[in-house]
Amino acid sequence: MAHPVLDLTGRRNRGEAAFGGLARFAGILVLIVLSLIALVMTTRAWPALTSGNFFTTKRWSVPDEVFGSLAFVFGTIVSATVAICLAVPISIGIALFVTQVSPGWLKKPIVYSVDLLATVPSVVFGFWGISVLAPKIMGFYESVHDLTSGIPGLRSLFGQPNGRSMFTAGIILAIMITPIVSSLSREVISTCPQGDREGALALGATRWEMIRAVVIPHSSGGLVGAVMLGLGRAMGETIAATLVIGSSAQITANLFGAGNSMPAVIASEWGEALGQHRSALTALAVTLFALTIIVNVLATSIVSRSRRRAQGTI
Amino acid sequence: MSFVDLTNQTASQSASYADSHAAVSPPVFELRDLSVFYSAFRAVRDVNITIERNQITAFIGPSGCGKTTVLRSLNRMNDLIEGARVDGDVLYHGIDIYGPDVSPTVVRRHIGMVFQKPNPFPKSIFENVAFGPRVNGVKKKADLEAIVERSLQGAALWDEVKDRLHTSGLGLSGGQQQRLCIARAIAVEPEVILMDEPCSALDPIATARVEELMQEIKSSYTIVIVTHNMQQAARTSDRTAFFTAEINPDSDRRTGILVEFDDTKKVFSNPSDERTENYVTGRFG
Amino acid sequence: MTSTMTTGNSTIDLGATGGWRSIKSRLMIGLLGTAFVIVMIPLVLVLATVIMRGGKVMSWSFLTSDIAASERRTSGGIGPAIVGTLLTTGIATAIAAPLGVLGAIYLAEYAGTSLLGRVVRFMSSVMTGVPSIVMGLFVYLLFTLRFKQNAFGGALALACLMLPIIIRSTEEMLRLVPTTLREASYGLGTSKARTIISIVLPAALPGVVSGVLLAVARAAGETAPLLFTIGAAKGLNLQPFSGANTALSAQIFGNASSPVEAAQARGWGAALTLVALAFSFTIFARLVSARFSSQR
Repeated sequence: MAHPVLDLTGRRNRGEAAFGGLARFAGILVLIVLSLIALVMTTRAWPALTSGNFFTTKRWSVPDEVFGSLAFVFGTIVSATVAICLAVPISIGIALFVTQVSPGWLKKPIVYSVDLLATVPSVVFGFWGISVLAPKIMGFYESVHDLTSGIPGLRSLFGQPNGRSMFTAGIILAIMITPIVSSLSREVISTCPQGDREGALALGATRWEMIRAVVIPHSSGGLVGAVMLGLGRAMGETIAATLVIGSSAQITANLFGAGNSMPAVIASEWGEALGQHRSALTALAVTLFALTIIVNVLATSIVSRSRRRAQGTI
Repeated sequence: MSFVDLTNQTASQSASYADSHAAVSPPVFELRDLSVFYSAFRAVRDVNITIERNQITAFIGPSGCGKTTVLRSLNRMNDLIEGARVDGDVLYHGIDIYGPDVSPTVVRRHIGMVFQKPNPFPKSIFENVAFGPRVNGVKKKADLEAIVERSLQGAALWDEVKDRLHTSGLGLSGGQQQRLCIARAIAVEPEVILMDEPCSALDPIATARVEELMQEIKSSYTIVIVTHNMQQAARTSDRTAFFTAEINPDSDRRTGILVEFDDTKKVFSNPSDERTENYVTGRFG
Repeated sequence: MTSTMTTGNSTIDLGATGGWRSIKSRLMIGLLGTAFVIVMIPLVLVLATVIMRGGKVMSWSFLTSDIAASERRTSGGIGPAIVGTLLTTGIATAIAAPLGVLGAIYLAEYAGTSLLGRVVRFMSSVMTGVPSIVMGLFVYLLFTLRFKQNAFGGALALACLMLPIIIRSTEEMLRLVPTTLREASYGLGTSKARTIISIVLPAALPGVVSGVLLAVARAAGETAPLLFTIGAAKGLNLQPFSGANTALSAQIFGNASSPVEAAQARGWGAALTLVALAFSFTIFARLVSARFSSQR
């Protein structure tokens, strides 16, 4: 029974509901933008996507209006793979060092220094790559080329060297993704319970044996996620790759060969592209978008699963 | 101190009253067959309690018996926990506070709370106490200053902090912080103050200070306190409710039940239930 | 004092953990340490190059002069580019920061364990990995085709980049605010919105600001989102909605591909400026968040 003098109803607070609604809208904005990106780009890319040979040929000829994506997909994957091969041991090595080995006072400086790498804009890395790294590394490439010229399999892998090549792009990409792979790996590794680690040491294991037997198996799942996240970044990195990858639409086993990647060709050819050419470039962007979304979805669920397992909510 | 005779009272019809709650029908709270659920789990069941004006009511009992759950259901603080719901009635002056039109925000202006661990805002002492009145629409500086002084006086903290009102509330000692939280609570002039083990994080001297404060403010407020400290309940309260837990054989989880609710003197010297007697005499904790 | 002890027939040696194992452990540990050294080499090399080559052209007039009309000119500066960077990044922040903080508030305070909340949180994470060129292309198709190239288009693309970053870092900061503070506020009869605005957000503010600053540093350095959306102006343009514009990152990109010496030199000058800008924001962000931890 409502009491006449004691009113507990409270005016329906409009501001309250509006604020909550606004917050929810801002959250949903992420979903809206992602969907819009997919929609708008796929629409523009449709002619190229349905042209029949987009996914099957490596030929990319503007005057003949033949647009095949294979060379760029190849270049993207190769340079990203090189980046991963270089970056993963380094990143995980740093992560293990910081969490398992380093004395307390050294941890923050190391972490800050690695994060400093992430602060350098990608275009500066690309500039350095094309001006300094590419010319200077020719010597190294040449030695490797000479060294492997006798070995059948490796010979084609390390063929005629070019400064601006997929391998150089891989190096630059590796430098760029190290901070994030390292930081995520650190997070994953530090969830390894102290008790397990101390248990191994108490049984007489050396530090390295403890790391190998306890820490790595425990974190391996999460580390896979961290590596995949790095892969996604490497595939999508545009500017640094554009400058050093060599801009040549070819498929070759030669890591030292010039190549091209999806983001790089979009960046370099969009300015003067028209009509079907534009459609093809947009189609490349759609392919890249889809690829990175898939990789990121997988990586995010792996990492978040390992996080939740550590918190005990799984 | 005499009891108010409930049987002859009717809901008051008077249209005006001097202080906002005086003429409203006692009792302050009536809990009827109250059960509280967290999702499917029943935390406490079948609680029947009546809380009278200007008294201190204590909830005692071992851990995990639902004392805090029942306390928090009095000002709808359980709403903050996802999946929490209530069965039965919680009547505040005859109004079901879980009714469809009732706003929990307004309920909490009438029923304040002091928590186990002192939780002052990371703001100045002044801003801590002024926060509630500000939210309720008091804007003028002079009004706020008067309210802050009055509240800090009421919490027996004024003399200690009057020269540093604009320093951070976090710079006070534990006992002072708790009294600051009490001042903050009384600044919005609630009728009821709920206290969830307010002294468990404090040292004995600070505890004594807070107990003293509770006696001082009793005449202006109705207080319900959850405490683990039996002696504290025996010292300070007028009425005591003893809770215990029964173990559900299927799920191995405990559901709280109200064993006995009576005058404090009786609960501690001559309880009706054997379980109560075992608890208050220390045969089990 | 020896570390061996003999009792009866056996000798207990506490000195070593058995030669090879211990050596191997030290080797591997050393290897882990060299990982850090390896990664620092490119950092040092890049910074050294930027400072040395950029320092050669650096001067006040370099920072304020107009862009050279022709590449071959040895004069000319990057004044308009600095303005362009500040303009696009500033507008992008003005768009992304409030929306990002609100989105984080939704996730931390309203979403709970709801399906929508989980999806939004997940997709925000995924969105941080979308290539920046995709953002640029998207804004080009949606906005620039209709409204022509201008600073605002570039800002929109940067905002798309910053939004998920700000949402994630802000949500983390909001979650760090203890529940007991919210309870104290609700206990006084404060509404949820008021609690969030007056208690939760101020308590998390240093961390939130730090996260936004880091996102700004990231956005200031981005090139790909701006490539098609702002054009390539040479002159100073303070108008966000009309006329093409330029930015430091775009200038560096353009100069990097040029064979002309003078253009390359200017590129390094721009690189030095951009790196200094990004570093300042990052250091500032760390200082703000350090104040945060000292406050707790």
